[in-house]
Amino acid sequence: MHQMTLAEIARGLAEKKFSSEELTRVLLERIARLDPQVNSFITVTEDLAITQAQAADARRAAGENGALLGAPLAHKDLFCTQGVRTSCASKMLDNFKSPYDATVVAKLAAAGAVTLGKTNMDEFAMGSANESSYYGAVKNPWNLEHVPGGSSGGSAAAVAARLLPAATGTDTGGSIRQPAALTNLTGIKPTYGRVSRWGMIAYASSLDQAGPLARTAEDCALLLQGMAGFDPQDSTSIDEPVPDYSATLNASIKGLRIGIPKEYFGAGLDPRIAQLVHESVKELEKLGAVVKEISLPNLQHGIPAYYVIAPAEASSNLSRFDGVRFGYRCEDPKDLTDLYKRSRAEGFGPEVQRRIMVGAYALSAGYYDAYYLQAQKIRRLIKNDFMNAFAEVDVILGPTTPNPAWKIGAKNADPIAEYLEDFYTITANLAGLPGLSMPAGFVEGLPVGVQLLAPYFQEGRLLNVAHQYQQVTDWHTRAPTGF
Amino acid sequence: MQWEVVIGLEIHTQLSTQSKIFSGSAITFGSEPNTQASLVDLGMPGVLPVLNKEAVRMAVKFGLAIDAEIGQHNVFARKNYFYPDLPKGYQISQMELPIVGKGHLDITLEDGTVKRVGITRAHLEEDAGKSLHEDFSGMTGIDLNRAGTPLLEIVSEPDMRSAKEAVAYVKAMHALVRYLDICDGNMAEGSLRCDCNVSVRPVGQAEFGTRCEIKNVNSFRFIEKAINSEVQRQIELIEDGGRVIQQTRLYDPAKDETRAMRSKEEANDYRYFPDPDLLPVIIEDSFLDETRATLPELPPQKRERFQSQFGLSAYDASVLASSREQADYFEQVVSIGGDAKLAANWVMVELGSLLNKQGVEIEQSPVSAEQLGGMLKRITDNTISGKIAKMVFEAMANGEGSADEIIEKQGLKQVTDSGAIESMLDEMLAANAQQVADYRAADEAKRGKMFGFFVGQAMKASKGKANPQQVNELLKRKLEG
Repeated sequence: MHQMTLAEIARGLAEKKFSSEELTRVLLERIARLDPQVNSFITVTEDLAITQAQAADARRAAGENGALLGAPLAHKDLFCTQGVRTSCASKMLDNFKSPYDATVVAKLAAAGAVTLGKTNMDEFAMGSANESSYYGAVKNPWNLEHVPGGSSGGSAAAVAARLLPAATGTDTGGSIRQPAALTNLTGIKPTYGRVSRWGMIAYASSLDQAGPLARTAEDCALLLQGMAGFDPQDSTSIDEPVPDYSATLNASIKGLRIGIPKEYFGAGLDPRIAQLVHESVKELEKLGAVVKEISLPNLQHGIPAYYVIAPAEASSNLSRFDGVRFGYRCEDPKDLTDLYKRSRAEGFGPEVQRRIMVGAYALSAGYYDAYYLQAQKIRRLIKNDFMNAFAEVDVILGPTTPNPAWKIGAKNADPIAEYLEDFYTITANLAGLPGLSMPAGFVEGLPVGVQLLAPYFQEGRLLNVAHQYQQVTDWHTRAPTGF
Repeated sequence: MQWEVVIGLEIHTQLSTQSKIFSGSAITFGSEPNTQASLVDLGMPGVLPVLNKEAVRMAVKFGLAIDAEIGQHNVFARKNYFYPDLPKGYQISQMELPIVGKGHLDITLEDGTVKRVGITRAHLEEDAGKSLHEDFSGMTGIDLNRAGTPLLEIVSEPDMRSAKEAVAYVKAMHALVRYLDICDGNMAEGSLRCDCNVSVRPVGQAEFGTRCEIKNVNSFRFIEKAINSEVQRQIELIEDGGRVIQQTRLYDPAKDETRAMRSKEEANDYRYFPDPDLLPVIIEDSFLDETRATLPELPPQKRERFQSQFGLSAYDASVLASSREQADYFEQVVSIGGDAKLAANWVMVELGSLLNKQGVEIEQSPVSAEQLGGMLKRITDNTISGKIAKMVFEAMANGEGSADEIIEKQGLKQVTDSGAIESMLDEMLAANAQQVADYRAADEAKRGKMFGFFVGQAMKASKGKANPQQVNELLKRKLEG
């Protein structure tokens, strides 16, 4: 039962082969038994899940239908969930029970989805290895000594370990696509503004975007359908109709123009991954796609620009965690300054503190022009590169990550080495474009992902290409041993 | 040495929108602490701001009223600093691209001259909450009801040269925002607050002296006193060989002095940057046109119209136009009573002193414009004399009804029947035969004064009801007789 995809579950529930409650109990049992190995959950909401599953079964008995009605899911632990701890994997919010639901949580709950719990992540979504969590590192089900990627590492590991069919994640610089690649999943970061950010605890507001992680493109289409849409509570949400993503999955990709940026195949890329990328292109060519080499000349500026803009926004976004109204407060503060300093020094982990300091520095008087404004200019150049590219091609294809999953702890001494893992994903966030990662093979038993990027609001095209690819390949169907 | 005072003002006006600038919470003054604070106002994790369009409309209205350029592409920025009553750790404000650019406001000085004060800019921002230090021993309470209240911060050029000019500017600004109906102007409740930037320089010197900023002064009287005491402090400091240090200061009304809050060196680096949660606000021409169409007649136009339409003096017109409520009251009185000059006098003198005595604003006047207009009509149609009118006015102030009711009930109707007046006069003259004889014997110069005696006696005999003009004429004829 636990091997079923969301689409299969939807069919099974519709045909009344099993109830949502039965399925939910099976998965809760699996989580209890197997999650100690992967550490993918921070909070398992067992009672809530059973209640929601029973309610979904009742709705179905009353004649209601819907792809997500009774479907078990989990939310990355930065989506505010009413009455449930929403921790951002930080000591700072270990005691925080949200008084309200994020729009994503509310929409999926309204569609009848069942929340199994809140998944582990890098603290405040800052990281690419899921090692910075206050609740401990998440392990990659494909090799428990390796990282699952981050920051949505808990969601990725849980889905890869077949603890549940799909989960929500967020992607600020690759935090959905990179863990999807490292755990053999399909994950999509939608266009900036496609999914509401209301109730999604911000890391870098102009880059953050929520999306699904699942095992297939088809499942991503189902889950994204339930997440996307305009929200008047989010001023950056865009009032653009949401197409039926499932309806276009089976469209032919004959004549699809695929752009391969020449800058993607530099020295930093593992040649074995390069090889798998080329093989995936061949499969797509067999389906009628045409390939064209393109150029993204400002690609290498992506990481420096990102590591100015994201920390700058974070330094301000995380100011509200001050020990005054909610979250962690230090013991016996001497005075106000002491309260601030110790609550923040004790409540935030080292990577969060590093980014707050970098960001505050980049925004400070005298440095703002040299760093923040410069980075914004690069951001425009990167966006222009993509606009030029999309004048000639329909999608851009390349590796999702330069390397497969590394060993836990291997990059701890060198944060920059970890930052470089986001080389391919980060520019889509800077430009606000949608991007998808899909399984494309293995290197030494570790999964490799291929990334597809498309013009604004072309999530349907990405899902269509990935689905067509998954009709002729079986990488995505492979499960890690022991799960 | 002769010193010149240089003053620039920052006025924070609370916009009278229904809800806060970035959340749907209401903004009613005096509510129980934290009952008007939503998730957004509390700065909960994950919440996002949504701009209140009404606040934008009010800011644009203000910009149009001071002839300013409107920032059609304006950006909200975050001003980052830590304070317990600032829930997000930053205030959403505007830095580089404010909604209102350069404009100006004309103010009337005491000697009647008009001075143009430049306005540098005005921008939208959210107010912070309040820290309550009383009632919590060893702790501080936080009330976030005010957090997120829309403010329009209006920054003037350093164009004012005395405390009196500064007060005239604040008064004119106060009147303007009330005219525009964008701020209730209630200074006691903090709806309009003022920061005064003050410096002095030797007369004739071109460059400005070092300035100090007096924060949060909240009454006209305190603005004048705070500036004067700060000017005095700076002059004495310099004359004693010292140097003014750029500082933020607070005015203590009890001691009538300002004291240092923090110096420039201690000032925060606010790390302003555009708020990524809010997209730039683009103001379309159609929105400008729509808003322009809602502008009311403003004080300068009203002053001119009062002079040309009603023939009032410049002074009277400017006093009556100084507040929208007073101008509206006056115009209503004229529309009923007819005689504009008479109306101006009554509104400014009798009504003014009544309001003053009772300590109320014209909106709470015990005598309504309808009542006063109705009474003036009875003066102009000779039903009552000006003297009787004062009695009627007093009765109206005591809640005894309309002028007509009071005149009727108290029998105050003027006697205009010349037969009745004549017989009353004959009786009175007979009773004062000696004085009549004296009058007739006196020369022209003395007669003037003596005539007044007879008028007084006549009015007394008629209990003030005899038409004074008729009394005059008949009396003159009889005495000359």
